[in-house]
Amino acid sequence: MEKRVTFSRRGLAFALVAPQIVITLVFFIWPASQALYQSVLLEDAFGLSRKFVWFDNFTSLFSDSIYLASFGRTIGFSVATTALSLGIALLLAAMADRIIKGATTYRTLVIWPYAIAPAVAGVLWFFMFNPSIGILAYMLKALGYDWNHYLDGSDAMILIILAAAWKQVSYNFLFFLAGLQAIPRSLIEAAAIDGAGPFKRFRTIVFPLLSPTTFFLLVVNIVYAFFDTFGIVHATTSGGPAQATTILVYKVFSDGFIGLDLGGSAAQSVVLMAIVIGLTVVQFRYIERKVAY
Amino acid sequence: MAGLQFTGVRKTYPNGFRAIHGVDTTVADGEFIVIVGPSGCGKSTLLRMVAGLETVTEGEIHIGDRRVNELEPADRNIAMVFQNYALYPHMSVFDNMAYGLRNRRTPKEEIESRVAEASRILQLDGMLDRRPSQLSGGQRQRVAMGRAIVREPEVFLFDEPLSNLDAKLRVQMRLEIKRLQRDLGTTSLYVTHDQVEAMTLADRLIVMNAGVAEQIGTPLDVYTEPATVFVAGFIGSPAMNFLPGTTTTDGRGVTLDGSSQTLPVAPPSSASRDKITVGIRPEHLEPTSPDAASLALSVDLVEALGADSLVHGQLAGTTQGSAVTVRVDGARRVAAGEALSLAVAPEHIHFFDADDGRRLV
Repeated sequence: MEKRVTFSRRGLAFALVAPQIVITLVFFIWPASQALYQSVLLEDAFGLSRKFVWFDNFTSLFSDSIYLASFGRTIGFSVATTALSLGIALLLAAMADRIIKGATTYRTLVIWPYAIAPAVAGVLWFFMFNPSIGILAYMLKALGYDWNHYLDGSDAMILIILAAAWKQVSYNFLFFLAGLQAIPRSLIEAAAIDGAGPFKRFRTIVFPLLSPTTFFLLVVNIVYAFFDTFGIVHATTSGGPAQATTILVYKVFSDGFIGLDLGGSAAQSVVLMAIVIGLTVVQFRYIERKVAY
Repeated sequence: MAGLQFTGVRKTYPNGFRAIHGVDTTVADGEFIVIVGPSGCGKSTLLRMVAGLETVTEGEIHIGDRRVNELEPADRNIAMVFQNYALYPHMSVFDNMAYGLRNRRTPKEEIESRVAEASRILQLDGMLDRRPSQLSGGQRQRVAMGRAIVREPEVFLFDEPLSNLDAKLRVQMRLEIKRLQRDLGTTSLYVTHDQVEAMTLADRLIVMNAGVAEQIGTPLDVYTEPATVFVAGFIGSPAMNFLPGTTTTDGRGVTLDGSSQTLPVAPPSSASRDKITVGIRPEHLEPTSPDAASLALSVDLVEALGADSLVHGQLAGTTQGSAVTVRVDGARRVAAGEALSLAVAPEHIHFFDADDGRRLV
């Protein structure tokens, strides 16, 4: 049975939900409606004149090869970031699941990166890979690889992928560890008696049982890589060199606030909004029918 | 098919807790051994050591003539049925049973024929495509058994397999396990805390307490000649009555503590001490006429169970303690407050050393 609290005075009920509604209206609904509105306008850089252009902004967006390239780049970036952070987190969680001593300390240490702001995380990796002073760039040079993310687009892309994935590892780790610990010990023991070695057990028993967690994290990580990585890009590569790291969120910013193409930028945010709504629907649908096996 | 041998088996956990204090016994091929004891007595640990899920700190375990101390669980040729069944929830019933065979690269036709045979024996036909979550508790239990028998192991290990079932199903599955084990003739170790399961299933019992095998013997031996106070109190329901007492000076009777009553039965000559514990089972106390009685009881409470009644009371004349339970015929009317005269046949009186709890012979 659903528990319902009823208020005798409607005023109190509204007063209690008002802060939430105000925040949503001011910080979400209003900007979102502004973006929707602007995306059908053509405006000059100084905001002195504007013209209603229907969906011209969208059509020009999808016929713009630079935008399409950025779209492809973003997908590559998201896939790489998600795969890397999920992979590392799963590995760490699988190892942490085995230890008993110092488990709490270990867990706390692994969780720390999550508390770091994206921009700071970006700067951290930026320094480590800095071609002139970075320790990792220095080590790579010793190995014969001339690292320079100022000049090399692939290097720059790898840098933001690393920084973005690193920050997300702790979050994924927490969920994976919880998922692993929810698998009854006796299942693993039964599989061991049934003649499955550690890797086979992981592949045929643990991983399938972890799939609800994995799926949930997959969606969350893609959303993260698509929308929450602006700080990392801005602090490290600023979308360069030669747009090599201009992913969609960053392009919204640079086209809108640097290029001052407000209509085009708004149209891009509307596209992003549609993507995030789509992903959320996928996630909600999935969470609603919780049973995965 | 193989027997099983324990030689000085001990288990000490890394934190210093000693779970098993040395078990020595030999299990014959095809024998059904039940390890019974209260929770925390080390019975599951012993089983898990045979399975290879716990390391052996000291001593040796042999399955057949192989020493298995260092072998991986998979290499011991055993199968185990877990308390929570441990079925793989994402696999069908068929795949659950076939998993172990596939891991051992058994040919496909053989897997199919063995699973078909097992599901016929266990009446699981028509459920092979279902997931464990679509089965009832009893069916899951059967799948867990099926997973064990398709492997055709040398030893079956059962870790309290019936404790998650309701009472009625438990009785039914108990019979099925017994029948199955008899038909297959596979050596079995069965862990339980339920004495009815222990008594009914076992060829021989291992009664464990605090990491020590207190007695190893057939159910009837354990019942009629319990080796210690613990065994005497654990096996039998309701539990045996224990009456502390002192040997009379002439050595031909026992004066019960806190009462003027004397049991006119001589304790065994091996009783080197005066202090002894007398044990009498509730079912061996017979109501009788006052002049033929060896004990007098004042009745506190009567539990009528239908076929018989349990009479709880205290020895007449005692100031405190010495609670006694008597099982009487259900037709006999006994009321609280009444005095009951009781007789007991001498062969049904057990004597234990009051200090170490050992049986006096």
